[in-house]
Amino acid sequence: MRLSSRKIDLAIDLQDAGLNYVKIESDELKIGGATTLGEIERNEIIKAAFNGELIKTLQAIWSVQLRNIATIGGTIFPRLGFSDLITVLLALNTDVVLYNNGRMPLEVFLEEKIRKDILVELAIKKENRKLSFQYMRNSFYDFSILNTAVSVDENKDFRIAIGARPAVASLAKKAMNYLKENDNIEEAAKIAAEEMTFGSNIKGSKEYREMIAPVLVRRGLEEVLR
Amino acid sequence: MKIILTINNVKREVEISPSEFLLDVLRRLDYMSVKKGCDTGTCGVCTVLMDGKPVLSCSVLAASADGHEITTIEGLENDPEFKAISNALLEEGADQCGFCSPGLILNVYAMKKELKNPSEEDMKKYLVGNLCRCTGYVPQMRAIKKYFEVKA
Ligand SMILES: Cc1cc2nc3c(=O)[nH]c(=O)nc-3n(C[C@H](O)[C@H](O)[C@H](O)COP(=O)(O)OP(=O)(O)OC[C@H]3O[C@@H](n4cnc5c(N)ncnc54)[C@H](O)[C@@H]3O)c2cc1C
Ligand code: FES
Ligand code: FES
Repeated sequence: MRLSSRKIDLAIDLQDAGLNYVKIESDELKIGGATTLGEIERNEIIKAAFNGELIKTLQAIWSVQLRNIATIGGTIFPRLGFSDLITVLLALNTDVVLYNNGRMPLEVFLEEKIRKDILVELAIKKENRKLSFQYMRNSFYDFSILNTAVSVDENKDFRIAIGARPAVASLAKKAMNYLKENDNIEEAAKIAAEEMTFGSNIKGSKEYREMIAPVLVRRGLEEVLR
Repeated sequence: MKIILTINNVKREVEISPSEFLLDVLRRLDYMSVKKGCDTGTCGVCTVLMDGKPVLSCSVLAASADGHEITTIEGLENDPEFKAISNALLEEGADQCGFCSPGLILNVYAMKKELKNPSEEDMKKYLVGNLCRCTGYVPQMRAIKKYFEVKA
């Protein structure tokens, strides 16, 4: 993907490495590292997953033509701050499986400084989660200025992720804990926004992000509790 | 390095450099319908079909297209769907400079194969990556809706 100019000494083509798949295995939704976002979007398992909310996220990523070439590995491994998919996968209880460093939760991978490895697959827990993805953009065809994803399972276990801050997504753990004992979603959204750090870039200021974060989280919570 | 490309149903052995993108290779081989706009994956004028699916040739390394089938507008010359799409665009005055037309036509062609009875909203979503600096999209949408209605 042409996001920057770089000199590359060794390139490896993963397209024939057998990493193009979407399957369900031991209560997990598994997606191979070389699968394109387009292949995922057209997959029947994905269309049905999480009430179609996963499809909604994928289709919010730029264009059909781009999604037919962008892969899961290329999307997750560089930990791009503006990524919409990372935010959603974080809210879904996802593990990454790396060739050298093995399996770990996505939230751990995002904090680790692993540079040289290959993302073999993603394993999304097939819990019965209700999911909501929210974003703020200047237009549909643009990067998110801020994005949030919220999910909840049958045991009222919430997961809340906020991304494009502009740093890469992370979990709002205090707000998630708060919701274990409380059901005030307005307050939970406020806690989620307060525990995150925000910054400024060409898309929006720190102050703007701070103001819209609780709104998007609240909307997500309202949607999954509906 | 050498790669094999099947371009518009013709198998060709092509000498490329490992850092070349498919767009530059196609233009070097004289497939001039494939345009270079932003060269960063944004505008869609470089759209070609790879194994029938629309992709941005400016963002596909030529080496990774080895063994694949590529379709450009030149390959659709006698295809009735191509004629129907381009006639609809012509009748609605949806081309001005025409720079975006090849990419748009290929994406509409792919959409027809992929979506059954798309709504206007579905069409807009599918074509969101085909930017046009001239028409304001209104005549294009009129033409594409007309094409789908006629063929439905
Ligand atoms: C114009 C444009 C608009 C975009 N808009 C959005 C948007 O709105 N929302 C959004 O979420 N994203 C967006 N993206 C990002 C896009 O979805 C992809 O995530 C990104 O382009 C990388 O995809 P790729 O597969 O082509 O990566 P590549 O360029 O192939 O790879 C990127 C990096 O990841 C490495 N890599 C690739 N595969 C693996 C693997 N299996 N294991 C380890 N490392 C690997 C590569 O070595 C490289 O360093 C946009 C990108 C572009 C270019
Ligand atoms: S030239 Fe490829 S998207 Fe603009
Ligand atoms: S007609 Fe000129 S760019 Fe579309």
